[in-house]
Amino acid sequence: MSTKHIITTKDFCVFHQLEHSFIADLHDAGLVEIKVVDNTTYIPKNQLRKLERMIRLHLDLDINVAGIEAITHLLQRIEDIQEEMRLLRNSLKTYE
Amino acid sequence: MAFIDYYEVLGVSKTATEKDIKAAYRKLARKYHPDLNPNDEQAHKKFQQLNEANEVLSDPDKRKKYDQYGENWQHGEAYEQARQQQAHQQRSYGGGGGQAFDFEGFGSGDDFSDFFQSMFGGGGGSGSRRQTKYRGQDYNAELHLSLKDAAETHKQTLTVNGKNIRITIPAGVENGQTIKISGHGGQGANGGPGGDLYIKFLVADDPRFKRKGADLYATTKLDLYTAILGGEITVETLTGKVKVKVKPETQNSTKVKLKGKGLPVYKKEGEFGDLFITYDIQLPTNLTNKQKQLFEELAKSSA
Repeated sequence: MSTKHIITTKDFCVFHQLEHSFIADLHDAGLVEIKVVDNTTYIPKNQLRKLERMIRLHLDLDINVAGIEAITHLLQRIEDIQEEMRLLRNSLKTYE
Repeated sequence: MAFIDYYEVLGVSKTATEKDIKAAYRKLARKYHPDLNPNDEQAHKKFQQLNEANEVLSDPDKRKKYDQYGENWQHGEAYEQARQQQAHQQRSYGGGGGQAFDFEGFGSGDDFSDFFQSMFGGGGGSGSRRQTKYRGQDYNAELHLSLKDAAETHKQTLTVNGKNIRITIPAGVENGQTIKISGHGGQGANGGPGGDLYIKFLVADDPRFKRKGADLYATTKLDLYTAILGGEITVETLTGKVKVKVKPETQNSTKVKLKGKGLPVYKKEGEFGDLFITYDIQLPTNLTNKQKQLFEELAKSSA
């Protein structure tokens, strides 16, 4: 893991004005990975994009962890379907 | 530049309280929030409008000013000042670095309308919209390619916010495919990493070929005599013309495969798709008497 942008969960929560328990709940729900080194928890860089999306859903739209969990699964399905549609649309052009 | 009715955008009356406005914004934001509408340009635009309406109506000073001038906003004293200010705030996104590519702007999702900027000056920021706290914002861009461009690996220099980025476009990219350039989005805050730059390739249709993955399909006209007697014709491929042998007694709509004459397979060096040619046999017209006679003889001989 790159150490250039490694961030402790504590600092991350300060920047986002979040309770630490929110990240812990997301982790418990299997929605985000965190690393523990010497009793300190860190957030890997590759988790930041999806984690910040979940934070926006929580802070902008008042969605709780259970809601975020459901949304995350649905979004994954939407993205898979969109990719499938893209491939199908391209294939359909062969018959136009 | 058109007047924007922010009350209508949020679906509230002009007498709406702060609480009503907040509730209306939240409700609509849950529907149009970009995180809930991936790759949906219409929803993103709608969300921008919501943000802008909320920015104005949830701020007592801005709301007062907006209500005061209303549709006569261009007579407002702030208009002229804002217009001058705006001239210095033109955002300069990168243009295409190369000759062959048309590089479109990035959607960062937080632009305000010209109307807003004329009335309140550039940007916003004091409202409920949250600024980046750690990781930078992702940028999205589109790059237009012809089918021929997509057949070759290109190195391309793009200018993003004044910085040059050298990217490699691998041969065989498909229409609508997106690649991620890590760390080349917006700058992070509080020491966080930059966002990513997502480049979507739009590969234009080629009138000569249909594409299916790495395979190409084309139709070639074939004269009746070559179809019956066999021979050799010249066929156009993406990279040039090739000669193809035609078997005697070739039927109409026969499909032949030119192995390896399709597109390169994406990220599989040395592998190519095939080109499938369908023959469209052309019957002769305006026959001479002599030709008609010969066809009659043929008809009799095969009766």
